[in-house]
Amino acid sequence: MPQISQIAATYASQIFWLLVTFGILYFGIGKMMVPRVIATVDAREGQIAGDLAAAEQARLAADQVEAAWRARMDEARAAALAETSAAKAQGAKAAESQVKSADAELAERLAHHDLAVGNAKAQAMLNLQAVAADVAQDLVAKVSGLTVGIDAAADAVRRSNAHG
Amino acid sequence: MAAESGSKIDPMHQFLIEPLFGRHWVVAGYDISFTNSALWMVITLASLWLFMLGGMKRDLVPGRWQAAVEGFTGFVSNMLTSNIGPAGKRFVPYVFSLFMFILFANIWGLTPVGVVPGWHPFTITSHLTVTGVLAVISFAIVLIVGFGKHGFHFFALFVPHGTPKLMIPLIFVVELMSFLVRPFSLGLRLFVAMTAGHILLKVLAAFVISGLNLGIGYGLLVSLPSFVLMIGITLLELLVAAIQAYVFALLTSVYLNDAVNLH
Repeated sequence: MPQISQIAATYASQIFWLLVTFGILYFGIGKMMVPRVIATVDAREGQIAGDLAAAEQARLAADQVEAAWRARMDEARAAALAETSAAKAQGAKAAESQVKSADAELAERLAHHDLAVGNAKAQAMLNLQAVAADVAQDLVAKVSGLTVGIDAAADAVRRSNAHG
Repeated sequence: MAAESGSKIDPMHQFLIEPLFGRHWVVAGYDISFTNSALWMVITLASLWLFMLGGMKRDLVPGRWQAAVEGFTGFVSNMLTSNIGPAGKRFVPYVFSLFMFILFANIWGLTPVGVVPGWHPFTITSHLTVTGVLAVISFAIVLIVGFGKHGFHFFALFVPHGTPKLMIPLIFVVELMSFLVRPFSLGLRLFVAMTAGHILLKVLAAFVISGLNLGIGYGLLVSLPSFVLMIGITLLELLVAAIQAYVFALLTSVYLNDAVNLH
């Protein structure tokens, strides 16, 4: 086995060249290149974490904006509702008062007409009594030949009217 | 290989360390020749550097290559944070270097570069000297972190909570032994797994060659099943290459957890 039979002759060369190459490897690659590679990886991970955090922040901000918008919309809707209901109530009140005044006017006009009709009726009644008195005077003259005054005839008509 | 040892194929030849450029460099009495093993360490380092270079674009949206590099760093970083906690981030450079070095070395050892004439794949992690040094580095870091952070209180690691007073000396010795065995088990595990896999592949490859040399009948009887088995074992070895790198890095992070958090 050369590893053991040659050991006395080759150990110095083996150890020397191993220390040289491994030393260059450790100081040149391990100490200089590896930390840079790891720093690159760390920077990338940091950037990814930062981007994720920024995205989360943006999402929260968007949520807030949406909530504010929703609140404003709700407010505006409530205001509009209040305004419409107020307008509706006012309209109803106005219509009611208008109807009331129209009713009053109608009632008044109706009363005037009733009065006129009553007057006309009374006038007609009076005329009728005058005609009835004339007729009664003529009737008495024709039947009995007596001449009664118009006043007596009218009085008789009135009495007979009153007795029905 | 077959030509060198005649009809015998030596499955251990692949582990032989030879100086390249045919000369020995001796510095202060130590032979530090640039060997085939050192060449493959450099190839491992260079390929890993190229791989990492593709991940340095630092784009916000990663391409495929950058995503692969980030996958590996993230894997090691997750392993350390899940084993040690937030303090584990400190050890990412070391454990990442360890994991990737072993992984790339293991996989390079399995690549079929032998098809290029004159080239031989060499698995540096199949050498005890290499895995041993890596294990000793890991163990040394555990000791430095443990004593640096807790001082002599670090010895409390060897006395688990709720140990009866009478048992403390015995438990202390047992725990100390198991602690001291860690670098050996760490280094030996990787060395043995890599060596065994490569020997198995080489033995089966020798069966294929020898069977074919003996004629068509033996070829069908021996070479074909061996070749099919080799394909399966190569896939298994790729899995082992990744698993052993993972185990080494995982155990290192578990031991570091002991040093940082004291159970």
